[in-house]
Amino acid sequence: MSHQFRSRRFRGTLLVAVLVTGMLLGGCQVQPWVKPYEREHLADPIMSFDRDPISSGYLEHVFEVREGSRGASGSVGGGCGCN
Amino acid sequence: MRQSSWRMRWIPAIAFALIAVVQADVLPDDRSDILYHRFEGGGITVQGPSVLIRKKVGDSVSFSYQYYLDMISSASIDVVSQASPYKEKRVQQNFGVDYLHGNTLYSAGYISSIEPDYNSKTAFLNVSQSMFGDLTTVNFGYTQGSDAVGRADRGVVQPFRADADRKNYAVGLSQVLTRNTLLGLNFEVDSSQGYLHSPYRSVRYVDPTVLRGYSYQPERYPDTRTSNAASAQLKYYLPVHAALDGSYRFFGDTWGIRASTYQGGYTQTLFTNWTLDASVRYYTQTHANFYSDLFPYANAQNFLARDRELAQFHSKTFEFGASYEFHPSWRYLQFIEKGSLNLDIERMFIDYEDFRDVLDTQYKAGQEPLYTLDATVGQFFISFWY
Amino acid sequence: MRSTSRLVTLMSALVGLGIAALPAATLAADIAPGVDAPSFQLNSSLGKPVALGDLKGQVVLINFWASWCGPCRQEMPILDQLYRSYQAAGFTLIGVNVEPNAADAQKFLKATPVSFPILFDPTSSVSMLYQVSGMPSTIIVDRTGKIRYVHHGYKPGDEGEYLDQIRALTQE
Repeated sequence: MSHQFRSRRFRGTLLVAVLVTGMLLGGCQVQPWVKPYEREHLADPIMSFDRDPISSGYLEHVFEVREGSRGASGSVGGGCGCN
Repeated sequence: MRQSSWRMRWIPAIAFALIAVVQADVLPDDRSDILYHRFEGGGITVQGPSVLIRKKVGDSVSFSYQYYLDMISSASIDVVSQASPYKEKRVQQNFGVDYLHGNTLYSAGYISSIEPDYNSKTAFLNVSQSMFGDLTTVNFGYTQGSDAVGRADRGVVQPFRADADRKNYAVGLSQVLTRNTLLGLNFEVDSSQGYLHSPYRSVRYVDPTVLRGYSYQPERYPDTRTSNAASAQLKYYLPVHAALDGSYRFFGDTWGIRASTYQGGYTQTLFTNWTLDASVRYYTQTHANFYSDLFPYANAQNFLARDRELAQFHSKTFEFGASYEFHPSWRYLQFIEKGSLNLDIERMFIDYEDFRDVLDTQYKAGQEPLYTLDATVGQFFISFWY
Repeated sequence: MRSTSRLVTLMSALVGLGIAALPAATLAADIAPGVDAPSFQLNSSLGKPVALGDLKGQVVLINFWASWCGPCRQEMPILDQLYRSYQAAGFTLIGVNVEPNAADAQKFLKATPVSFPILFDPTSSVSMLYQVSGMPSTIIVDRTGKIRYVHHGYKPGDEGEYLDQIRALTQE
């Protein structure tokens, strides 16, 4: 029964992930709708998904130790888009 | 006999944090952090220092090193119910390298965690690619770990030895939606096999032949575990120099655990140098399908667990943090571009729905009150950018 | 694990797709070497508006920057040095600030002053005109008003290229 769950939900979530990535990769002719010179707010450190890695790493560890679940907690990108 | 729940069995979250923080179009900033951390709750105090150093070499490569120490003194419910309080140390070291080529960032690292009775080695690889004028960043990561499980009774290492291996695949996407909004999506598959339980921990079963009504036997877990986790995170910039963020994560595994994590937070910059954070986290999980607080008799199932990590519970965590940014003007500190002093406090409340407080001996077996845990987590750290 | 090996195949396919798609993702630019530099006029730090046409006859380096952009801030003192070294040879430099609110730029300039003129483009009209596709962006225009070199981004060492290009153009 748990094997069934893994197959269906896993496939479903993976399909969404593939579709989203595929759409983005496929839409190569799309011009960036937020221009590099409009990224002032995105470049602010408070808009970073992970401002202080040493601290978020520690807190992730605190939760992982007492909970049965883990993973999928971080993100990359955003920021100023410079260079 | 004693047990420690401060294990590095599963993915070293610190590794993931190191992978997850980077943008793919620039190398991470050069910085160092010195942290003091402290956890108090449920009869356990875990505290210690941590240091993180990151430095670019040339234009394309950045190295990082992290040292982390846990000093554990434990008189937790699990320990006290079956043994006596103990003290222990765990040392973790992370080594990482990042290489930037165009809009692609390649990262690799190695993590080692050492305790008197548990050694864990993990290696990871991550590729991050930024595209569409840097509006989109996609990353793929692979992690492999191997653990050596030992046993130490009252500090004396025993000849017991078992192994556990794991593999983890991660996919992530970060997307700029508007000039004020960021979206992050993450998906992970994790697979472990080998000796996945603890040589110290036990389960209890109804035993009418003894006074207290129950007896203990060692726990027995399956030797494989596969899990999936998927999360979505949103960050929104408010014109008052503030940011709102929210996230949801779903977790499910082959042991029957289903968990949801909801998090919301607010960050505010004040008077240029101050940044304040507040956040709330709500977590629920269902129990592993071979978990029970009290089995009806000995060897009631093939697999038996009473680890409260695998129980059914919900928890609420409230966090508050303050950060002060400074620019040193002292002649000898001119190489430091910027520094910050940070304090972060969390209050965590866990309500177990099927784990009972066996220390409350006035009750019959199976009728003890449900256990609750109240913990405080504190962090104080100084960061330097150079 | 059957599902995990499928995931690995899928991920490799995505990476392959991603890498293959990259060349197509670059912008088609009308702003390229050989094209006449579009004219514009903006308010400046000199107290009076400055137009690109006023600078014809000199080699002009137009640098699009913002105070929130790390590499831009890094580049400023270096551009200042270039300006002071080659001004006598008929070279001028204008820094176009792209921020909607000039206050942050003024704060940065107070801490890190530069001697070349700063122009303010709060509505991003000039940034759009010049199809700025990276921060910072540097456009080098020759004495006849034609664009000769376009640079996107800045990393330490790029100033060597600027030096060579300015030297070549000032000798024309």
